[in-house]
Amino acid sequence: MLSLLILPACLYAQVNSSDIIRAETSKYALTNAKIYTVTNGVIEKGTIIINNGIIEAVGANVQIPGDAQVIDYSGQEIYPGMIDSGTRLGLNEINSIAEANDFREFGKITPQMQALTAVNPNAVAIPVTRVSGVTTTLTMPAGGPLPGTAATINLFGYTPDQMYAGSKGVVMNFPSTAQRRWRPRTPEQIEKDREKAQKVINDAWDKAELYNKIKGTEEARYYPEMEALTGVINGETILYIEVNGAKDILSAIDWVKDRGYQKVVLTGVSEGWRVADSLAASGIPVITGPVLSTPTRNSDSFDAAYKNPGTMQKAGVKVALRTMDTENSRNLPYNAGFAAAYGMGREEALKAITINAAEIMGVGDELGSIEVGKKANIFISTGDPFLTSSKILDVFIDGYKVPMTSRQIELYDEFLDRKPGLKKHETKTDG
Amino acid sequence: MNLFKKITGLFFFVFVLVTASIQAQTKKGDVLIKNGTVITITDGTLENTDVLVKNGKIDRIGKNLKAPRGAEEVNATGMFVMPGIIDAHSHIAGTSINEGTSQVTAEVSMEDVVNPIDVSIYRALAGGVTSIHLMHGSANVIGGQNETLKLRWGTTDPDDLRFEGAPRTIKFALGENPTRGARRRGIQPQSRMGVEAMLRNTFNDALKYKKAWEDYRANRSSNKVAPEYSLRMETMVDILEGEILVHCHSYRADEIYMLMKVFSDFGIERLTFQHANEAYKVAPELAEFGASASVFSDWWAYKLEVYYSTAYNAAILTKNGVTTSINSDSGELIRHLFHEAAKTQKYGDLSDNEALALITLNPAKQLGIDNRVGSLEKGKDGDIAIFDKHPLSIYAIPQMTFVDGVKYFDINTDKADQRIYIDPESSISDVQIFHAENQHRCMEGADIVNLYDLLNSNEE
Repeated sequence: MLSLLILPACLYAQVNSSDIIRAETSKYALTNAKIYTVTNGVIEKGTIIINNGIIEAVGANVQIPGDAQVIDYSGQEIYPGMIDSGTRLGLNEINSIAEANDFREFGKITPQMQALTAVNPNAVAIPVTRVSGVTTTLTMPAGGPLPGTAATINLFGYTPDQMYAGSKGVVMNFPSTAQRRWRPRTPEQIEKDREKAQKVINDAWDKAELYNKIKGTEEARYYPEMEALTGVINGETILYIEVNGAKDILSAIDWVKDRGYQKVVLTGVSEGWRVADSLAASGIPVITGPVLSTPTRNSDSFDAAYKNPGTMQKAGVKVALRTMDTENSRNLPYNAGFAAAYGMGREEALKAITINAAEIMGVGDELGSIEVGKKANIFISTGDPFLTSSKILDVFIDGYKVPMTSRQIELYDEFLDRKPGLKKHETKTDG
Repeated sequence: MNLFKKITGLFFFVFVLVTASIQAQTKKGDVLIKNGTVITITDGTLENTDVLVKNGKIDRIGKNLKAPRGAEEVNATGMFVMPGIIDAHSHIAGTSINEGTSQVTAEVSMEDVVNPIDVSIYRALAGGVTSIHLMHGSANVIGGQNETLKLRWGTTDPDDLRFEGAPRTIKFALGENPTRGARRRGIQPQSRMGVEAMLRNTFNDALKYKKAWEDYRANRSSNKVAPEYSLRMETMVDILEGEILVHCHSYRADEIYMLMKVFSDFGIERLTFQHANEAYKVAPELAEFGASASVFSDWWAYKLEVYYSTAYNAAILTKNGVTTSINSDSGELIRHLFHEAAKTQKYGDLSDNEALALITLNPAKQLGIDNRVGSLEKGKDGDIAIFDKHPLSIYAIPQMTFVDGVKYFDINTDKADQRIYIDPESSISDVQIFHAENQHRCMEGADIVNLYDLLNSNEE
């Protein structure tokens, strides 16, 4: 009886359905745009057909199907969705509040911790990021030597599985000889700490290799930590190794050779420019950033971090970029812009946030360029997306045309010309 | 002591005096910057124009100017010449940031902790920055006094960096930072209610203090004992009399609104809100009060009080008539404030001039130095930045930076190692990895106090 009384009130309180902005999907024909395919050059005036979430056709002379919804993008530019190869997006709502953080688990060896599980599809930062043209991110756990498994996600979907972009990788923090900001260590302490950390890592992998041999037999008990590492040992899963100092990068390259693991990516790599040739010779791809960083040493040039991606790329290293940010992953194009200005060039910088990122994560056949058969992750811009004067007009993720709004845009709309302004009522009443 | 020693001692004394008086006069330069696109901020953007700086001051802006003898000539053809960038919120070049032992520490000053050999100074110059507002931290409601500096890199004398003649300023702080520290120590204020009460109490104390001294001075003949002298209260009185500009760390709209009401009640007029992530919500009130705001381009979500932020903040404020600047609060971000300002074109369509005013004229106004810097005008200081492309372009690279007509950064002669002093304890392989979350120095030093309190508390 009571529920019957409440029901009409609830209905009354509902927002008018026409006010609700939802993502939409259909068969689309995006016409008359300048298309940056990334892998097959630039089409000055072309069309993209999107069907069922997939790019069905792209080119200058594409037949437009009769049932397609045509969107004329004359004078605009279309790019593949930008990929941020290192974030905590979805895992971290408000930095300073422990309860709002899910990227760090307790323990040293916890590779079975799945970032994808804790991705909040409704994180406020997700729409804030995607309206800037970033459609995909590598979302990473943080913490001890083996803190967990990272996942590549598309920034639209109502469950983690709807967002999942098909790539996972075990994260490892390589022992660091870098100096701490607080309580600096002596060289002896640093070496001691390094040896200790190295032993923890080596023991874990020794154990995992043993587990890999005996798993399925009666001797092997349930051991999720080790199970999570077997994919790396068998060459099926990516191992993301976070390493930054020049000396540590060289040690990491040796370690990878020693272990013989096949799918390895070095992340961070702040001092990659110091050992660019060794990196290139190793053939290991690199995810680096933020480009907008201070140099790692006081004695380094002011632009050392700006130049780092370009120096590595020129030496022959396959480079992708990351912001290593959560709420400001939207600054990815500007990190790429600085890399471009400081030696990488625009074309290579664009690759570093599209096709290189996709290929490094093993999803190069699905993402990272505008090609037939790939997922329709694209954005439409009024101009060069590295420039802050360009506007992102539309974003498609998995073929969904996502609403071009976010809480930050809604607040702008509400407060630009606030009502009421200074006075709540213009005319005085006698009360 | 023999006569020789006395005489050499005297000579040494005189030598010190003479060198000291020479050093008090910082270097002033002559330079002619030829044929650039000159972005004046106050008088439009002038193509193929020269800027002549004589003895540290802008002497002429025009065409076909001739360099006086001995002046450096810079060919700026195809380049962009703009006023030196001003960062209204910085913690570089400070050896410590917080004096957090009391909720009111108006007596301390950043003047005493200026570190002229911080390599961040050079890196800021390499981003076109010529002046910074070295601020006290935000651990307490009424923090220490700040210091406005010119980035005269290359000296070991902190006084050489002082922006001579700049008005005094002081740091206030509202919200989570001051209440957080107080909560750990079990004192007031632990809420935004308490912050207001503390401000009103302190200003009332200052009025009482002022009256006590006025009464004493009015009756000199009497045998009355002088009131107790307090540098803290002297500073508070100077704030009430408008001699010190208040720069208040704040985030939420309610606390911003509160402080304007408190200041109205005490008749304090010059007020700049720092960070002010929610200032956009009370933009009409800020405009009416005449308060200004110094904000981030896009930082948010690092704590609860910045969760409801928008990167459109600067644009909303500007369009509502609030004098707004964009600051760094970071040794990293200070290096590309031109790019931070450029983001206001993405977030709110500000014009080129509006965007660049956010990092030049507007911060100058907020620091009370707009009669000296912030635009390229005859008679203003020769603080100038030159870029190879339009400074709002992502592809722009700063080329040269001048302070008082003296060149402190030139990309053509830039060498990697700029350290003035090399710590003998440091190793060449000392590496510090950049972490974005470590940029916030506002509470630096404050946590040490808290650790002390924690150790001395009986809680655990």
